[in-house]
Amino acid sequence: MQGSVKHPGIPELKKESYLKRLGRNIQQYPSLYLLFIPILLYFLVFKYGPMFGAVIAFEKYRPARGIFGSQWIGLKNFRDFLTGPYAQRTIVNTLMLNFWQILIGFPAPILLAILLNEVSQKRYRKFVQTASYLPYFISLVVVCGIIKDFTASDGLFSDILASFGFPRENLLTDGRYYRAIYVASSLWQSCGWGSILYIATLTNADPQLYEAATIDGAGRFRCIWHITIPALLPVIIVQLIMRIGNIMSYGADRTLLLYSPAVYDKADIISSFVYRYGLQDLNFSYASAVDLFNSVINLILLYSANRIADKLTGESLW
Amino acid sequence: MVRKKTTGDRIFDAMNLVFLAIFTFICIYPLWHVLCGSFSDPVLLNQHTGAIMWPLGWSLGGYKNAFANPNLIQGYLNTFFYVGFGTLVRMALTCIGAYVLSERKFMLRKPMTLLIVFTMYFSGGMIPDYLLVNAMHLTNTRWALILPLAITTWNMIILKTAFQSVPDSLVESARLDGASELTTLVRVILPVTKASIAVITMYYVVNEWNAWFKAAIYLPAKHEYFPLQLVLRELLITNAGMSGTSLGEATGIASVETLLLQEVTQYAVIVISTLPIIIVYPFAQKYFVKGVMMGSVKG
Repeated sequence: MQGSVKHPGIPELKKESYLKRLGRNIQQYPSLYLLFIPILLYFLVFKYGPMFGAVIAFEKYRPARGIFGSQWIGLKNFRDFLTGPYAQRTIVNTLMLNFWQILIGFPAPILLAILLNEVSQKRYRKFVQTASYLPYFISLVVVCGIIKDFTASDGLFSDILASFGFPRENLLTDGRYYRAIYVASSLWQSCGWGSILYIATLTNADPQLYEAATIDGAGRFRCIWHITIPALLPVIIVQLIMRIGNIMSYGADRTLLLYSPAVYDKADIISSFVYRYGLQDLNFSYASAVDLFNSVINLILLYSANRIADKLTGESLW
Repeated sequence: MVRKKTTGDRIFDAMNLVFLAIFTFICIYPLWHVLCGSFSDPVLLNQHTGAIMWPLGWSLGGYKNAFANPNLIQGYLNTFFYVGFGTLVRMALTCIGAYVLSERKFMLRKPMTLLIVFTMYFSGGMIPDYLLVNAMHLTNTRWALILPLAITTWNMIILKTAFQSVPDSLVESARLDGASELTTLVRVILPVTKASIAVITMYYVVNEWNAWFKAAIYLPAKHEYFPLQLVLRELLITNAGMSGTSLGEATGIASVETLLLQEVTQYAVIVISTLPIIIVYPFAQKYFVKGVMMGSVKG
């Protein structure tokens, strides 16, 4: 960025307008601009196009009349959602699922990394690591298919519960178990995978610290507490903040595969609600308003999370 | 690390090993259960309760039934197309975009990067997405799974960072030899960023292999274009199409035999659809581990 440096001797160069400089830049490197056209088009059409299309959230959209011809109704869709019966249910469910996911799913990979770090047999450690990544590579549809089979009234989990004297039933359609199954299945899939980052961080920890601590008579737990955890802490903080920033962007995938009308009051989250109301029942405008409401909150959350991470550790996505 | 082991250390180590063994078992067992179940005798499987450690009897009925389902094979072929052709398109566009954005002489670099990064944090949402794809007459065509998902912004930003780390001297010497932009990208930049390219390709491949949601939205009426995962959803989750009902070749009544075969067939379907991943997994693993580290570095 030499342009920002003041050169009092050559004011002519500074006077040149931005557009003129751009024109010359294009002339000089036309192929760069040519190459970029499809990329720009993609983002304008498929990313910014829908952002513009989101104005239907403020309309009473009728496909026959199009975006421009439909009646403008302002914030009515938003009001309808927020004062309606579904706002509380979907928001609470989204928050509750995230709460359990973070409470259980977030510390688990850290714990795994710490325990693996304590294993001195290299091959055993490699074996556990390889096995723990495997579930991450099984597709979500297959994982949910297995869950469905295991939680059926004659499935493996029901067999286990029955041996403890519980009545046999389809666990997935029971609101009491739904969240636990959801969180457990996600934990099974991503615990090992999530530990990679922490394991890599620990391989960079100074082994001399451990030696010194052991010589000073520190036991295993004190080593973990005073060396391992502090080494992980910066990564943990950034990851946690980012995870909290992602609360509202929670995808509908797993929910759509696992839930059923019987458990809507525990399972239905904002994104699954948008899918059902918008794309199945074709309430385009109303569902769009719900989605937009969610996107805006999500943006605010993400932005704040980034700012906080940046303030605390100097690391952020921006 | 040389440490003198105290009794406490030994107890800790033993408990740690046992705990990790249990953990490993939990990671692997569900897949083992499905594998053993798929080769089991359907009658024995239906009567059985609890864990399965070894096939109960022996039968290939599940596999026979699974392969008899034309949707599964068709889904497989469709997914190969979406993964193969889709990844080609995606990698080409992603590399070009990352290259231009990494070029310092490209004057619009900053505003364009901003314009693109913004889309990672805000989107119009799934309804406007659908309406756009529909308005472009892409719904119920194979293009619906290629064009709207042609670039994953995050992947492009990661590649941009990788391209930026290529030493200027390399690029400059290619320029002096009169290489065009595209030649520079293909001949100079791609070879030195091979590892990153491999990681991003993997990301695209696995993502496409696992994807079902967009297909469910964009291909509502085109059964013959369904990717494998969407077929699997019908077979495993919604239980449609097991006896061919969705294709209209249904007999109307699910026979006793069909019901009996259902579970063993589902297990076989899972094995058939997951086997390619399990085979590729050991080779791909290291790239993914690398990818996690790349993603954690500031983009």
